[in-house]
Amino acid sequence: MSVSRTLLALLEPGPRHGYDLKRAYDEQFAQGRQLAYGQVYSTLSRLLRNGLVEEAGVEHGAGPDRKRYTITDAGVTDVETWLGTAENPEPYLQNTLYTKVVLALLSGRSATEVLDTQRSAHLKVMRELTRRKTGGDLADQLICDHALFHLEADLRWLELTAARLDALAEVVRP
Amino acid sequence: MTGPLLVGRDLHKTFGATQALRGADVSVRAGEVLAVMGPSGSGKSTLLHCLAGIVTPDSGSIEYQGRDLVAMSDAERSALRRTDFGFVFQFGQLVPELTCLENVALPLRLGGVKRKVAEAKARQWLERVEVGELGARRPGDVSGGQGQRVAVARALVGDPQVVFADEPTGALDSLNGETVMQLLTEAARSANAAVVLVTHEARVAAHSDREIVVRDGTATDRELVS
Ligand SMILES: Nc1ncnc2c1ncn2[C@@H]1O[C@H](COP(=O)(O)OP(=O)(O)O)[C@@H](O)[C@H]1O
Ligand SMILES: [Mg+2]
Repeated sequence: MSVSRTLLALLEPGPRHGYDLKRAYDEQFAQGRQLAYGQVYSTLSRLLRNGLVEEAGVEHGAGPDRKRYTITDAGVTDVETWLGTAENPEPYLQNTLYTKVVLALLSGRSATEVLDTQRSAHLKVMRELTRRKTGGDLADQLICDHALFHLEADLRWLELTAARLDALAEVVRP
Repeated sequence: MTGPLLVGRDLHKTFGATQALRGADVSVRAGEVLAVMGPSGSGKSTLLHCLAGIVTPDSGSIEYQGRDLVAMSDAERSALRRTDFGFVFQFGQLVPELTCLENVALPLRLGGVKRKVAEAKARQWLERVEVGELGARRPGDVSGGQGQRVAVARALVGDPQVVFADEPTGALDSLNGETVMQLLTEAARSANAAVVLVTHEARVAAHSDREIVVRDGTATDRELVS
């Protein structure tokens, strides 16, 4: 996920200090992994350089971190374009799993075992997400659901592959 | 650690030419939610029916609280189903002629509990699964999600040791399915009832404590490998 785009979009409703911005980010999106101040300030100076934000005054008598930042027109356009563009659906996990399954078949190991091991690892994470969701607020629920649906998709692929292992073995074995 | 509540070993069951089960092992511990996963047609429902004493296996053993379920008479088995087991199926398990309240009270009434007492308890259960207002309606006049909540209430009203749930959310959309799973597992956990949850959906299985996988009529249970 683009932290820089997210911070930029958080400036759209109105100017903020770097500290406010970090707090707004952490409140909405951190999920237990808060942003480092360093990352906020380095992101802001890059956005500044690229003309997507500008300084909107310094509080009297305050240090450099009391600078307020405001989004520019170019920044608003950037946010709008980003929000309007679909993310790349990334089949990264399938690639790794597919490689493992093929390697298991090629080496005469049990591909079913590879898939079973992966299933129980997936289910373990899914159980944790489900527990977190049950105790959580609506934001937690929606974020956990996103992860759950993705993991479920992996598992459906896994089941389909398990049902096709014999056919796959014939294709990949010399 | 106490032994399992319910154990099936080396279960076989043939329907005509179809070998639905060909060596399935499974154990259920008191109070645990066990997911029974596997592809469609792999034998999950047959396994559940055997464990619940609805179907008699051709061979293999089933022990419930140390009692041999296969050797029991039909009358003993149906008494056990009434007193110790609860059931939630995918659909069609509510009696259409009875109101939702009467449906939930039914297991208690069949066990000889007086109408007033049974219906008071049934009302509590309907409220517990958040459909207290539906008591007077008939199953045909409630939505699929509401009907499954009523079914959950009916499964738990008799304080069962084991709830057998076969694809309980199979006919529901994601949100209703989620709610039914939460209500079912929460109610069962707080009543310390075990749940045997048959599902082919990982998101549903994620409500369990552990899982077994049925494949081509076979299943192994790590808890049983001794
Ligand atoms: N009463 C029955 N009569 C004939 N065949 C059956 C019966 N019950 C199940 N089967 C067959 O046994 C196999 C396993 O069925 P089932 O246990 O319902 O699988 P699952 O619940 O995993 O989808 C399937 O091939 C099914 O068609
Ligand atoms: Mg079935």
